[in-house]
Amino acid sequence: MVYDAGSYDVVVIGAGHAGCEAALAAARMGCRTLLSTLSIEHIALMPCNPSVGGPAKAQVVREIDALGGEMAINTDKACIQMRMINTGKGPAVQALRAQADKHQYHWAMVDTLLQQPGLDLLMAEVEKIEADQSGVAAVVTRTGARYLCKAVVVTSGTYLKGRIIIGDVIYDGGPNNQVPAMKLSQSLMELGLTLGRFKTGTPPRINRRSVDFSKMIEQPGDERPLRFSYLSPLEPRQQISCWLTHSTPLTHQIVMDNIHRAPMFTGVIKGRGPRYCPSFEDKVVRFSHKSSHQLFIEPEGRNTDEMYVQGLNTSLPEDVQLQVLRSIPGLENVHMMRTGYAIEYDYVIPSQLKLSLETRVIPGLFTAGQVNGTSGYEEAAGQGLIAGINAALKVQDREVLILKRSEAYLGVLIDDLVNKENDEPYRLLTSRAEYRLLLRQDNADLRLTAKGREIGLVDDVRWEAFSLKLDRLEAAKKQMVETTFTPGDAKMTSFLAAQNSAPLKDRISLWELLRRPEIEIGQLVEQGWLEEAPPDILEQLEIQSKYEGYINKQREQVKKFEKLEERRIPEDIDYGEVYGLSNEALQKLQAIRPRSIGQASRISGVNPADINVLLINLEKARRKS
Amino acid sequence: MQQETIAAIATPPGEGGIAIIRVSGSEAIAKVGAIFKPRIKDRALNQLHGYQMILGWIVDDQGQPIDECLLAVMRKPHSYTAEDTVEIHCHGGVLAARQCLEQVLGQGIREAYPGEFTQQAYLNGRLDASQAEAVIEIIRARSKKALNLAVKQLSGYNSRYIHRLEDRLIQAAALIEASIDFPEEVGEPDYEEIARLLAEVQHHLGQLLAAGKRAEIYRSGVKVVICGKPNVGKSSLLNWLSGRDRAIVTEIPGTTRDIIEEYVNIKGIPVRLIDTAGIRKTEDRVEAIGVQMAQQAISEAALAIFLLDITSGITLEDEEVFHSLNPDRTIILINKDDLVEKQIDHERIQACFPGIPVIFGSVREEQGLNELQNRVEAMILSGLGREGEVEMLLSARQQQILQDCQEHIESVSEILGQVSLDCLAVEISELLEDMSELTGKSLKADAIERIFRDFCIGK
Ligand SMILES: Nc1nc2c(ncn2[C@@H]2O[C@H](COP(=O)(O)OP(=O)(O)OP(=O)(O)O)[C@@H](O)[C@H]2O)c(=O)[nH]1
Ligand SMILES: [Mg+2]
Repeated sequence: MVYDAGSYDVVVIGAGHAGCEAALAAARMGCRTLLSTLSIEHIALMPCNPSVGGPAKAQVVREIDALGGEMAINTDKACIQMRMINTGKGPAVQALRAQADKHQYHWAMVDTLLQQPGLDLLMAEVEKIEADQSGVAAVVTRTGARYLCKAVVVTSGTYLKGRIIIGDVIYDGGPNNQVPAMKLSQSLMELGLTLGRFKTGTPPRINRRSVDFSKMIEQPGDERPLRFSYLSPLEPRQQISCWLTHSTPLTHQIVMDNIHRAPMFTGVIKGRGPRYCPSFEDKVVRFSHKSSHQLFIEPEGRNTDEMYVQGLNTSLPEDVQLQVLRSIPGLENVHMMRTGYAIEYDYVIPSQLKLSLETRVIPGLFTAGQVNGTSGYEEAAGQGLIAGINAALKVQDREVLILKRSEAYLGVLIDDLVNKENDEPYRLLTSRAEYRLLLRQDNADLRLTAKGREIGLVDDVRWEAFSLKLDRLEAAKKQMVETTFTPGDAKMTSFLAAQNSAPLKDRISLWELLRRPEIEIGQLVEQGWLEEAPPDILEQLEIQSKYEGYINKQREQVKKFEKLEERRIPEDIDYGEVYGLSNEALQKLQAIRPRSIGQASRISGVNPADINVLLINLEKARRKS
Repeated sequence: MQQETIAAIATPPGEGGIAIIRVSGSEAIAKVGAIFKPRIKDRALNQLHGYQMILGWIVDDQGQPIDECLLAVMRKPHSYTAEDTVEIHCHGGVLAARQCLEQVLGQGIREAYPGEFTQQAYLNGRLDASQAEAVIEIIRARSKKALNLAVKQLSGYNSRYIHRLEDRLIQAAALIEASIDFPEEVGEPDYEEIARLLAEVQHHLGQLLAAGKRAEIYRSGVKVVICGKPNVGKSSLLNWLSGRDRAIVTEIPGTTRDIIEEYVNIKGIPVRLIDTAGIRKTEDRVEAIGVQMAQQAISEAALAIFLLDITSGITLEDEEVFHSLNPDRTIILINKDDLVEKQIDHERIQACFPGIPVIFGSVREEQGLNELQNRVEAMILSGLGREGEVEMLLSARQQQILQDCQEHIESVSEILGQVSLDCLAVEISELLEDMSELTGKSLKADAIERIFRDFCIGK
């Protein structure tokens, strides 16, 4: 029996990393929001690695924070170790990475959700979305509750028709032995969406007390205090180490001896797996010349002895997994607490989405996260945030939020998802971004916080902190440009000599001086030339000065790029009427319906001649009207 | 929308006559102005009103004239494309026009695709809507043609070189990107390997460029000028090389007063041979103009054959002629070696004109002339690789890209190890993008693919 259970502005289906961001964003923007999950005990679950950040992902976490999302704050709360990686490779690719306490991450997020006004939590399985071409109407749960709503965000992760595979043991299931969502796929298909099937996997977990750490190399966190969120306090914390070990020739021998039992070779697994996250058996086969692979043993939390074996994703039979583990230095007597597995799941082919993450077939229906064929907590959370924002904007009848490739990694992520064909789960890489030098983790707030404020997601606390930072930054920069030194300046001359830096030839400003690689901003403060300021301000000044040349170069590239982005294509364009398009381009344009000429030019299968044809037709149409 | 500035030869290909280069776009006047030297000193291109003309020279980077040209300026929207437009009327024919075009493209102006001026005109509202479909036909036809051309160029023999080039560049990019995106699995990038790959790319670029120039030489030919003081035998040599009595030959110095041109074939290379008036100080007005034209011809030629008369020794006049020559592009022929009175020997020549290749011979007795032709061929092709290595015809645009890439790699090699990896990556992706333009496929995506192929990554 279906009964009327209430009505909301926005319903979010699934409370993983995408769903939590979507629900919080919608509620914070003033929408009455329902967050429905299969299990309240598994909200914001990290079913795979217990870490957040790394190259490209750290930038995304900072972007989420800058817009007023939750992931950065929550990671800071649950963090048990933090490191800055890629430090020697330049500010654009430096990236923060945190080990998180999985349980604390979950609890902290539940706490935030519960405290959020306008947001209701519900444990239920949504089986059906009621909608038609004019929009969504309601969602219906397995137990018959019908919730009326104006927008729905599907953030169901890898739960859609999930299938767990461990050797020849196969059963229906979501990650971490959760129940899968078996009905929602059908409902999405009935609404006109095409689904694909992907595969991913996770390594076994082991008991800390059975590990011999003396045979491993310790990987401590950075000593200096670090944080993801611009709002979190910057203070030292108690950190827990990770440990580095490696596989041995014996390990590889065990894999090869049992390869005939591996699901990916027996043909049991049909879904495509990601190449950047291959299973261990895949690595052994494909890189047979390597006699050893690195493995990191990472703690899953403070109050648990479970540890994660990074690098050992596998769906080998359980007995082989145990043999493999025990062939690894330090794990000779290991106790395996959870078995590694592969999981296959349905995903929504993302070329069916607009750049706002709204589906093209059903107005008001949004999808975000792993259900869109991506991988990674950060990618999921970022999409969830954008989908939640746009669902709220839709309900409020406001202009959508679309971030450009030149503004944010989130822009790159969504633009790639919609326009490029992907035959494996999509992972963000810094190399996918054209304007990497502009999209740094240190300037995410400068790029996005004003936007977050405009849509109503950035609260007063964040806005005031940001405004203060901006003022101080501009004042300091002004001072640096205006403070100049002549070659005759005695103090400067002796300072430069002490730094092994060339003497001045002409008058030079403090700003120009800082461009010299051997000069650090801290020294300028020490000398009393520059006022003392918080570390993030000094860091910002230093990057902006030292990399000014390259930053300006990329700004020029962006100008060119944005010209085509701003050239909008009318939403009601009939591509069938566009004279002269190639067949392939016609099909692709009809399917994806790009917003701008720029977007059209990135669609696989649309070539430059088609773009010119399109330009001429647009001009023709413009003149007619 | 603001249009990119583009340029192309607008007149149909063919020998002789005036060729017109059209340059259209917001930067047309400024950028052509930078390589134009007006005949009347203080008239600059940017001071011209629409529909005005100006005479002068398109000059090379050293300020040396490439060709005498008449420039017409049209200001937007009163031009065919409705953009600022400069038309360069080259007096030196197609060959000179091509050189001028290369110089224009060297200013960072893009070569127009066939039909692109018409497209600009349409997008700027110059043509009426019924013409839109005609424009589209041109675009479709050109994309097909470009495809055919690309396929032809990249098939078989030549593709090996292009692919090797792309491969090394992608490999360098992948080394950098893998280290950035997968620091734990890959570690620090191997800078030595990157340097080695870039050096290889540079080598291949050089080969391609040389091959392109060589092919261009066989296709379009080169200008060779015969010069020297009066009566040394210049016209005799022209007649001999062309196999007919084209020029008047007499024993009277100052016989040739005008420029005489003849197309000849030297070792398979089409050569536009130019006989000039003997250069000397003269009161005769007609002859003086001839001497002036001779000097102009010398500055435009790819190579000069400098004739001396063995019986007259090395005179002041000879040294004056030599001053107007480029020593790297000169061959000396000591003529009339059949006569007994010899006033010039090897030592004298070496002392006066060090390092210039010298041949002793006689046009009358047909001595040393085969050697002369071998020398001419060798000098024209010098630095352009051997036949059979790479064969490739490059458009002016392609040549420009290759040249840009080469210069870019040079600067990248200099900063390697001094800039941080993220900045180095900016440079490498620019290179990839330039190369993509050459082959028409995105190499950036290939670099990401390469990471997955070559590096064992993943948690
Ligand atoms: N003995 C001898 N006489 C030659 C030779 N080559 C040319 N002559 C003669 O030299 C004279 C001048 O020859 P041209 O070919 O008219 O010389 P030119 O350099 O063109 O002279 P101008 O046009 O006056 O500058 C003619 O009488 C030729 O017959 C040679 O190899 N040996
Ligand atoms: Mg003569």
